[in-house]
Amino acid sequence: MKKLIFSLAALCTAFSSTLCAQTVGTAVPTTPKIDGGDTAWMIVATAFVLLMSIPGLALFYGGLVRRKNVLNVFMQVFILVAVITVEWVVFGYSNSFGSNSVAALKPFIGDFHWAFLNNINIGDLSPYFISHSQMGADGHAVGTIPHLLFVVYQGMFAIITPALIIGAFAERINFKGFLIFSILWAVFIYNPVTHWIWSTDGWLYKLGTLDFAGGIVVHINAGIAAIIMAIMLGKRRDYKGHAIPAHNITYVVIGAGLLWVGWFGFNAGSGLAADGLAVNALIVTHLAGATAALTWALMDWIIDKRPTVVGISTGAIAGLATITPAAGFVGVGGALIIGIVSSLICFAMVAYIKPKFGYDDSLDAFGVHGIGGVIGSILVGVLATPMVQSAYSGAAYGNWHQLWVQLLAVGVTIAFSGVGTFLLFKLTDKLVGVRVNDIHEAIGLDETQHGETAYTVFD
Amino acid sequence: MKKIEAIIRKSKFEDVKLALHEAGIEWFSYWDITGLGKSTEEQVVRGQVFKSGYIQRRMISIVVRDINLEKTVNAILNSAWTGETGDGKLFVSDIQETFRIRTKESGPDSLYNK
Repeated sequence: MKKLIFSLAALCTAFSSTLCAQTVGTAVPTTPKIDGGDTAWMIVATAFVLLMSIPGLALFYGGLVRRKNVLNVFMQVFILVAVITVEWVVFGYSNSFGSNSVAALKPFIGDFHWAFLNNINIGDLSPYFISHSQMGADGHAVGTIPHLLFVVYQGMFAIITPALIIGAFAERINFKGFLIFSILWAVFIYNPVTHWIWSTDGWLYKLGTLDFAGGIVVHINAGIAAIIMAIMLGKRRDYKGHAIPAHNITYVVIGAGLLWVGWFGFNAGSGLAADGLAVNALIVTHLAGATAALTWALMDWIIDKRPTVVGISTGAIAGLATITPAAGFVGVGGALIIGIVSSLICFAMVAYIKPKFGYDDSLDAFGVHGIGGVIGSILVGVLATPMVQSAYSGAAYGNWHQLWVQLLAVGVTIAFSGVGTFLLFKLTDKLVGVRVNDIHEAIGLDETQHGETAYTVFD
Repeated sequence: MKKIEAIIRKSKFEDVKLALHEAGIEWFSYWDITGLGKSTEEQVVRGQVFKSGYIQRRMISIVVRDINLEKTVNAILNSAWTGETGDGKLFVSDIQETFRIRTKESGPDSLYNK
């Protein structure tokens, strides 16, 4: 009997896509058990993804801005950790991953039955799983980690996504406007898109969209919001058509390093288990980051005569963002291609295309995360190999359908995030105003928004 | 007593330091400064090459006895020179009075260790 249940669970895994909560026949339920190894790894992975926001992303972005704005960037990331965590527990998780009692809304948004994590008990197993599953007490297949662990793990993704947008509007947004916009964005853009792609009820999920760790949900979503915000908010007063040099490149390197480490939790945790798939995600993530970092450094070296430290850090982030949707579907070859292609395109984007168009994406949130997300989410439709997960393959293995699905999901997310961000910007601007006044921008946001300065020495 | 302040290239700092030591200057202060003006220097950020008006230099400051003025100035002028635009500036000004805090002695004698 036990064997049958296992094989049914395995079948379920094989025939559904990334996240799965299908009913498995009429097999006799046994008591499902928490797997200690999976759970231990996922607790660590959760901490890793938090590490990406604070201090990883805070340092990466904080180092890239000018001295007068570094605390403002730290504060923006920090308060998002606080506020999105609360939003997630209150209703964000329920909206994103819950089902909906109104059948018509089911594919688009969850309802509030998991609000305040109601109806989720301490002993419940995650309804979401990828490679490790078992028969639940009610005849539904469940994962091997506690449901609450899945909630908090996903909460870390909900935090970092709006935090990525900071890179586009840094150095000129007022704090109140930033905070209101970010909360609205999390509720009206992040939660629905997550539901479409990662919830088992989601319409893009049902079409078979592949997004292992958030190429679409996190990087495209945030990257498109970034370009819209950069355009709507206008250029910084001192923007002269080229980057404003970083104030502390050592911060940039520490931040990029912590992001890289955190990305192991982000990608290798997205299989929700400590198994071979997680290790595959780990190695392709590391490889794509390394390849992209190397590619960027070589381009710097060849085109602009010297390999720069900001350049290699940026290259690593581009590669890591691009491998994200593909980490659970491609092998070493795919990771090498993704690493090289991501750096080449992001470099061109940041160095040549951005200056041509003249928009001021302060820290290249769109040029690196948005473009990286698009490249990765499309390339996974080409490079996904049945050698990693036998159920999934891309165009390179004859499955052209996967590529069309990826293009559709990418297009839909770009349109939704773009239009939604535009409307939320307008709304926030009406409510409280979004841009700081010119004098405050000149003085710096640390002083004017927080009354603090970063490098003051009072003994 | 004179104060010599010089703005020099960072790349010439080691040469200037050696030249000053050879000229018998035992001690001087220096700090990094940023100048902003019409001149520009090339910078590269994330593959974008552009001209920046913010120019990094190093400032050194020395107070000397009048007898040491000429050799100190010459040491800096010769060692900080490349011939290209942007070699820097040197200012000489009078110092009214000097005290050594430990011994409370004043005047030129307080400027060096006997």
